[in-house]
Amino acid sequence: MLVLIIIPILFPFVWMLMSSFKTQVDIISWPPKFIFTPVMQNYDRVFVEQNFLRYMKNSVIVSVVSVVLSLVLGLPAAYSIARYKQQKLSMFILIARLMPGISFLMPWYIVFSRLRLMDSYVALILSHMLICLPLVVWVMAPYFDSVPRELEEAAMVDGLTQQMAFFRILLPLSGPGVVTATTLSFIFSWNNFMFSQVLSQQKTRTLPIAVYNFLSYVEVDWGAVMAAAVVIMAPAILLTMFFQKYVVKGLTMGAVKG
Amino acid sequence: MIRQGFFERNLRYLFPLPAVIFVVVLMVFPVCYTFFLSFTDWSLTSGKPLNFVAFKSYVDVLKEPRFLDALGRTFYFTFGAVIVEMILGIALALILNRSFAGKGVVKTLLLLPLVATPVAIGIVWNLFYDPTIGILNYVLSVLGLPQSGWVSETKSVMPSLILVDIWQWTPMITIIVLAGLAGLSSEPYESAKVDGANARQVLFKITLPMLMPTILTAVILRAIDALKTYDIIYAMTGGGPGYASENLNILAFKYSFEYFRMGQSAVMLVFLFIVVMGFSLGVMRLRRAFEL
Repeated sequence: MLVLIIIPILFPFVWMLMSSFKTQVDIISWPPKFIFTPVMQNYDRVFVEQNFLRYMKNSVIVSVVSVVLSLVLGLPAAYSIARYKQQKLSMFILIARLMPGISFLMPWYIVFSRLRLMDSYVALILSHMLICLPLVVWVMAPYFDSVPRELEEAAMVDGLTQQMAFFRILLPLSGPGVVTATTLSFIFSWNNFMFSQVLSQQKTRTLPIAVYNFLSYVEVDWGAVMAAAVVIMAPAILLTMFFQKYVVKGLTMGAVKG
Repeated sequence: MIRQGFFERNLRYLFPLPAVIFVVVLMVFPVCYTFFLSFTDWSLTSGKPLNFVAFKSYVDVLKEPRFLDALGRTFYFTFGAVIVEMILGIALALILNRSFAGKGVVKTLLLLPLVATPVAIGIVWNLFYDPTIGILNYVLSVLGLPQSGWVSETKSVMPSLILVDIWQWTPMITIIVLAGLAGLSSEPYESAKVDGANARQVLFKITLPMLMPTILTAVILRAIDALKTYDIIYAMTGGGPGYASENLNILAFKYSFEYFRMGQSAVMLVFLFIVVMGFSLGVMRLRRAFEL
């Protein structure tokens, strides 16, 4: 029974990994080959010829900076939402999750072009922050809500101001929540395709676009494309395996609380 | 007593302020601008200043068969995918909702499709679907079934795309429902045991009704994303063959960034927004009814 569940989930990943080590001849052979001599040429192509490290660097810069900035903006907001029961404020920020991305992307495109910010990290990071910020609030507001108020109050009686109590007492205790928020926002930013597709060009192109562009060649070099797919998925998958518990918590958050 | 300076007294406004300013500048203004554009006939490439045309763009869009097809396809994709995902996802959760060796591993595996980059997923499935070298046609031929064109043919492209969505998102439903199951109180089950209820009665009379709020939230989360699906479709078919797999999001994207007909694209986005909001509010109301 379990095998019937696991195989369909896992097979695409396994096939992708196998194909990334096949020659083009092995890939297009019929019937499909399960046993073959693995080669590294596809990864060579991805990293040496296509210089994927550059796109990887762009992806890392954009994701890391936008996650950090979203935490800076989102943590105090989430705290305030939790402490003062600001339901409307919470809805206001979470609406960004509902809106179709193009409804901001089109105006951004016009404004960023005028400001000569096309193909800049600034534009990409701002756009990715709109993905991360609602996730931070979504995860952290219920989390802060679950931390007993007495902790802060005790600190305040000891002479700390409320904002100091937040930074010195509450935040250090909120590690698990912050890990959940960080992991989820990083993954969603890392995987984003549409914003980068419009706002980035040569200089700031991120991995999803680089992988997609691979396909536009006349004849698809499947092995190299699969290697590129492995490269792009690896960080998100490793992160998920490492922080499994936190990812589950983040994904099930709003649904289970009732 | 606790000191209360200006900052402390106004913490409730000052703490969220940066986030609010950010959202106003990057979301509220742009969305209002998009809404404004929907009443113009602005086209970026025409070089003409934008004209206020009231509802003319709306009329034009509503007369455009490509738009109506895309609207229908948006619903087809969403209902097709979400209904199957709910049934499969709940069934999987019920199967997995017991302790067994390796449960942690299975739960981790369930997460992989959700966190994998959609564009890359789309490309991998394109290799599966390839009519001449794809493994799926090989499997069909081994089973003695007729082969399919999958995403390369008009009649099979939508079901093929829906299948990818089902593969990717069924595990999310399973994970949410599993968390919901873990939170159910055991009391109703004990009394059901005392009353001699059979497994089927327990499932339909106790488990599913108690899970309903969780299930409905999962439906909202999933349907919002399904209505807006973009990455997978764009990466796999680009809306083709022809226009056969264009949904509203793909079509609005093309109108904006390929044809630069901003006014009409804005109209489509207004419709997409109405669909997403209408759906979310509807299900939320349903959910509230269940919690009473």
